[in-house]
Amino acid sequence: MQGSLIDSLARQGITRRAFLKYCAMLASMMALPPSAGRAMAEAMATARRPSVIWLPFQECTGCTESITRSHSPSIEGMIFDLISLDYQETLMAAAGHQAEEALHATMKSNHGKYLLIVDGSIPLGMNGAYSCIAGRSNVDLLKETASGAAAIVAMGSCASYGGIPKANPNPTGAVSVSDLVKDKPIVNIPGCPPIPVVMTGVLAHYLTFGALPELDAKGRPKAFFGETIHDRCYRRPFYDQGKFAKTFDDEGARRGWCLFELGCKGPVTYNACATVKWNGGTSWPVESGHGCLGCSEPDFWDGGSFYKALSMPADPLKLGGAAAVAGAAAGVAVSVANRVKKGAAKASHEKATLADLEK
Amino acid sequence: MDALQFLTWVRGPGLDIAVGIFVLGVLWRLIEIYTLGRKPDLAEARHAAGASGWHTVFRRSLPPPGMMKRSPVSYIGGYIFHVGLAIIVFLFAPHILLITNLTGLSWPGLPSQFVDLVTVVTMAAMIVVLVDRINKPAKRFLSTFEDWFTWAVTFLPVLTGWMAVQHLLLPYTLMLAIHILTVEILLIVLPFTKLFHAFTLIGSRWYNGRVNGQRGVPV
Amino acid sequence: MSASLEKGIHALKEVIDAPIASYFNSCVHCGLCAEACLFYLETGDPKYTPIHKLEPLRRVYEQEYTLLGRLKKWTGLSKPVTDDELDQWQELVYDSCTMCGRCSLVCPVGNDIVYMVRKLREGMAVSGHVPDGIKGAAKRTVEIGGPMGLKWPAVANVIKKAEEATGLTIPVDQAGADYLVLLSSMEIVNFPEYLEALAKIFNKAGITFTLASDAFEATNAGIQIGNSDLARVIVSRIVDAAERLKVNNVLSPECGHAYMAVRWEGPNLIGRPYSFKVVHVLELLDELRQKGVLKVKDKFKEKLILHDPCQIVRRGGVLNAPEPLVQMVAENYIPVADKQMWNWCCGGGGGASAIHTEEAEALRAKAFGIKKRQIEDAGVKTMVTFCANCRIVMEEAIDHYEMDTQLLGLTELLAEHLED
Repeated sequence: MQGSLIDSLARQGITRRAFLKYCAMLASMMALPPSAGRAMAEAMATARRPSVIWLPFQECTGCTESITRSHSPSIEGMIFDLISLDYQETLMAAAGHQAEEALHATMKSNHGKYLLIVDGSIPLGMNGAYSCIAGRSNVDLLKETASGAAAIVAMGSCASYGGIPKANPNPTGAVSVSDLVKDKPIVNIPGCPPIPVVMTGVLAHYLTFGALPELDAKGRPKAFFGETIHDRCYRRPFYDQGKFAKTFDDEGARRGWCLFELGCKGPVTYNACATVKWNGGTSWPVESGHGCLGCSEPDFWDGGSFYKALSMPADPLKLGGAAAVAGAAAGVAVSVANRVKKGAAKASHEKATLADLEK
Repeated sequence: MDALQFLTWVRGPGLDIAVGIFVLGVLWRLIEIYTLGRKPDLAEARHAAGASGWHTVFRRSLPPPGMMKRSPVSYIGGYIFHVGLAIIVFLFAPHILLITNLTGLSWPGLPSQFVDLVTVVTMAAMIVVLVDRINKPAKRFLSTFEDWFTWAVTFLPVLTGWMAVQHLLLPYTLMLAIHILTVEILLIVLPFTKLFHAFTLIGSRWYNGRVNGQRGVPV
Repeated sequence: MSASLEKGIHALKEVIDAPIASYFNSCVHCGLCAEACLFYLETGDPKYTPIHKLEPLRRVYEQEYTLLGRLKKWTGLSKPVTDDELDQWQELVYDSCTMCGRCSLVCPVGNDIVYMVRKLREGMAVSGHVPDGIKGAAKRTVEIGGPMGLKWPAVANVIKKAEEATGLTIPVDQAGADYLVLLSSMEIVNFPEYLEALAKIFNKAGITFTLASDAFEATNAGIQIGNSDLARVIVSRIVDAAERLKVNNVLSPECGHAYMAVRWEGPNLIGRPYSFKVVHVLELLDELRQKGVLKVKDKFKEKLILHDPCQIVRRGGVLNAPEPLVQMVAENYIPVADKQMWNWCCGGGGGASAIHTEEAEALRAKAFGIKKRQIEDAGVKTMVTFCANCRIVMEEAIDHYEMDTQLLGLTELLAEHLED
């Protein structure tokens, strides 16, 4: 296995063996056969670096941070060596007109072949004026850029589902990529932020097989979003035994019992946190003692308090008082009508005689 | 509407509406029924009525002599599914949590594997009782649409709850939402069908027990 | 004549009360009441399921006294109760229900079904759906004085004979006596020994008693028909006589429904509590037994079983008096499995025995099957009871099945074996 990638990795202290191991890990996470790891490594090592345009819209840069930031050079970071990231505002050295030129040059020369990554939602309110780049609204930019893209990766919950900007009452009229683009293959990688390895896995798959991985009904790669946090959670046995932490500092919490009662959204959240973990496999929210927020699910922000247990309704007794009054009123009304009717029947009682037995 | 939005709706406005109709219906029906009045019994009682009404409320939970033999399925099946429902509703940890959040009352639950087993047994008992309703001439003769309907309305929450926990057929989120929806249907239907016996049974047994208790017959 | 569907519905509207509302709302259609009904058990026909017999009452309740039912009636969605339907129900409410009340004991939700049958009969009566046989009995009771058309001279005759047989005076219309003794026509005609037995026992116990020439009949076809107005007319005769003669107690005869009429329905019919007590003859006898007044000179030797009449035991509450009395007089008393409040009806109570259509008689014979098995399983040739109606009904059935069982009245049996 040779190539410029291997050399460049070697320069950054990543051995060929480590790279192979990484590819095998990706393959296994994506439920591909073991041989796919090697195929992936070879494909990536020799691949022509595809051109990638990364458009940031109404976002917080958390997605970019998640993927690029690490204490030491990581393979996730190095994955950028695999692609020709021709436009990424946060990472690119160019700015202003230079940057715009780079964008347009890439779109032109790679028309129909480049990969478009989007993070952030797209505001439609006030004709898109809430978020503009170089004087053009996000929605315009997306439509233009998407038209020449081979495929689109919606990075993070905002691009995938609208995310926090779309939270009720959605002042900017934010929508997701898939709300606007209907004619291109789109892969959603939700999460706030998404897990780095999920993104690199999708890219590796794209590089190796030339296509996006298999997606679920919500456009997410099945390999990473096939199971809930709850299904794979290491605290699941406590749930099954009915052992729950009641507060964040009680005995149950110290013993690492299930956080369901503290509002963990793990049972309704499809993501790979419980298996992949964060920060190079160091930990993840539930392991650090906090329930899952469900950040990779659509509208997670509007799903009620993060600290309200899933089985807990929003406020079912809200109408209870009014209902009780209405029910009592209805009951009393029927009761009065009944008593009047029965009283009238009794009052008009005709004493029966033997003659009344015959028709 | 996706699954989480659906779940959010059934947990929010949907449950508000269902609980509202339930509370409204129960109060309305109870008042409608028990204010119809009755004449005092002027015959000199053999024994003071005392607690005879309450005795019957409890005594009638046991099969009368010979009846277990005549209709074992009604009694055994009936016990299993009523007790099973009570265990599932009141001793499954997530359900206790719901009650705790609503009322502040809390008690220890049972391990979910055990509740799981109870659920399967309860569903089996309900199916057996249904088959018995089809097979027994008197039961079949008495059955109306309401009987089949209320059976389904009672069975569905158990089935969907179990399927949600077991991750069967549909994703958990959707199944949980459907589960809550079926519970809401049950709540709405309860005051207006024979399921209302859950409330009136106490009154009925009490009246019967008291009237006959005064005559000296411990019914 | 003036019976009509409207009158029937009107009557039902008058009698539907909170217990009935509670009962109908509690019914889960479990059908267990059928398992307590001898007509269902012996025929296997599900139309005899007790709660089904109340369907017209249920519908009137729903349509008149529930909001949803009223709406349904108003919008024309509910099925009104029709005259034809009541006609069809006559068989279910009278022929195949003896008001034995066993269903009220087994209903798992606690419904007092027999209570509701009694109320439904109010509507059946004034809508003209009472079987002719019971109607005739009621007519004779109101117009002549007793269901069999007996008049005082016939009773006087029996009294005279009893006086001759016992050598004791049997007082009539004597004020201030302890007990006003009531009879049932059936006893006067078929079992005149009853009065002799009583006279001897009273004499021995030193209790004063009297008969009333204007109130000797204890039975009340009014409650069997289910019409409170007629029942009141009949029961008032007894109340008036008891109050006129200032007796402390009224002694109800062995007859089952007479006890129900005088003891439990009477005060409610006249709308006030009595100024006297109503005692069933067995209650009195058991009291005398406990006091040691009642002693037997010898015992009945053959094996026998006891038939507990529904209206006296299960529905009347005379639970514990009969058995010790039987044990006192019988050497080989065999208790049956379903005894006391769990007894099985003779098949002809509640007025059913007065219905003489072919179908009704065939049905009664069939319903006797359960009793027949009881007799056969016990292997006895003698059955004792303490209700003249049960006795007649079962004698007819015994003839029908050509069995060689003899029936005895308990009071009579006791009298035969008492010390002189």
